[in-house]
Amino acid sequence: MTAIVEAHALGKRYGARPALTDCTLHIPPGHVVGLVGPNGAGKSTLLKLACGLLTPTTGSINVLGGRPGAGPVQIAKVGYLAQDAPIEPALSIADHLKLGAHLNPRWDKAFAAARIEGLGLDPKQKAGKLSGGQRAQLALTIATGKHPDLLLLDEPVASLDPIARRDFLKLLMDTVAEHGTSVILSSHLISDLERVCDYLVVLASAQVRLAGEVEELTAAHRWITCTRRDADTLPAGVEVVSAKHTDRQSTFMVRSATPVPSGDWVSEPVGLEDLVLTYMERDTPAGRVAPQNLESTR
Amino acid sequence: MIEFRLDPNAGVASYLQIVQQVRQALLLGMLAEGDRLPTVKQVVGMVAINPNTVLKAYRELELEGLVVAKPGAGTFVTKSLAQPSITEHEPLRRELEAWLAKARAAGLTEAELDALMRTTVRDTADEEK
Repeated sequence: MTAIVEAHALGKRYGARPALTDCTLHIPPGHVVGLVGPNGAGKSTLLKLACGLLTPTTGSINVLGGRPGAGPVQIAKVGYLAQDAPIEPALSIADHLKLGAHLNPRWDKAFAAARIEGLGLDPKQKAGKLSGGQRAQLALTIATGKHPDLLLLDEPVASLDPIARRDFLKLLMDTVAEHGTSVILSSHLISDLERVCDYLVVLASAQVRLAGEVEELTAAHRWITCTRRDADTLPAGVEVVSAKHTDRQSTFMVRSATPVPSGDWVSEPVGLEDLVLTYMERDTPAGRVAPQNLESTR
Repeated sequence: MIEFRLDPNAGVASYLQIVQQVRQALLLGMLAEGDRLPTVKQVVGMVAINPNTVLKAYRELELEGLVVAKPGAGTFVTKSLAQPSITEHEPLRRELEAWLAKARAAGLTEAELDALMRTTVRDTADEEK
């Protein structure tokens, strides 16, 4: 089966500022992919490159086997939902669905209408009068109305309260269960990603820091706590991801293809949040200023 | 029908939490032979998790011989676990009580007891694998 995303040395610059550098990814189909990273790490850029709203400066990207944005067939296969669930406040829900039908040859009218009914929304209502959660659900309904094979969602739950967030994720997982849709969603909420994602991509400073199936990643990493010692005294075959020392104690996060042998240390599993944070903070050259925070200055 | 809960802080993979909750429901008699488990779509609608996680949990239960998947019809309980209930393990419980009394007499706090219990359960489970 065709990969969701196949990127080779993909890069994007805005003027002199690199937004994404040397990004190589191979994401197999049928996954719900979580895209995490600090603001300005390149998450939105990667999603826009994947749907064809941006073109690469260097390297290449293929999505579901085709070049992003190349022709109606490719566009019909990929649904994209920009940050903050864009809707047209003056138009009614019914108008939004009509627009969806006009703009998408693959539009499923019955499905979209049933969704809106299932959500308990009145089609005559103006979108501007909806709550944040309802707006997000309307936007998701429109993005899924054409039954895309891949949904790209840029921080879809960032502005929602916990109940609206849970409802949104239920609706999203329902779509995945019913249509086998693949999803890439960016979020800062790792606990949400842990529930819904089975593949993870960690971005930081415009680079991919970690990518892989969640289960394989969590199985391959361990915390090792021991009396203070150097990382190179750990068993061979164990890659040290992070090392912290106090005067008496050392704490390592290690990656190992085989189970860590027992020794005079405590070996414990690594949670997804620790894993993500450790890889985000890793390898940032000392003294370098973090990339400018685009999202908060916009 | 039974409901699932997911605790992100449990330190247990989501699919294993579902497996454990089905086993528990079998032990407590909330599920019996012939009952149908909630469909993947129902579970996803209940707890907002990846459908693959539910499928994985159901496959695991099938491997354990507790359920069987009938294509197009659903996943059904094939085995009841409700016989050796916890109340029938009274001797074990009494031994544990005696042990706890000893541990408290030795000065262990509740937190230490809990930590000792958890690590021992985990370590012995690892050894059996």
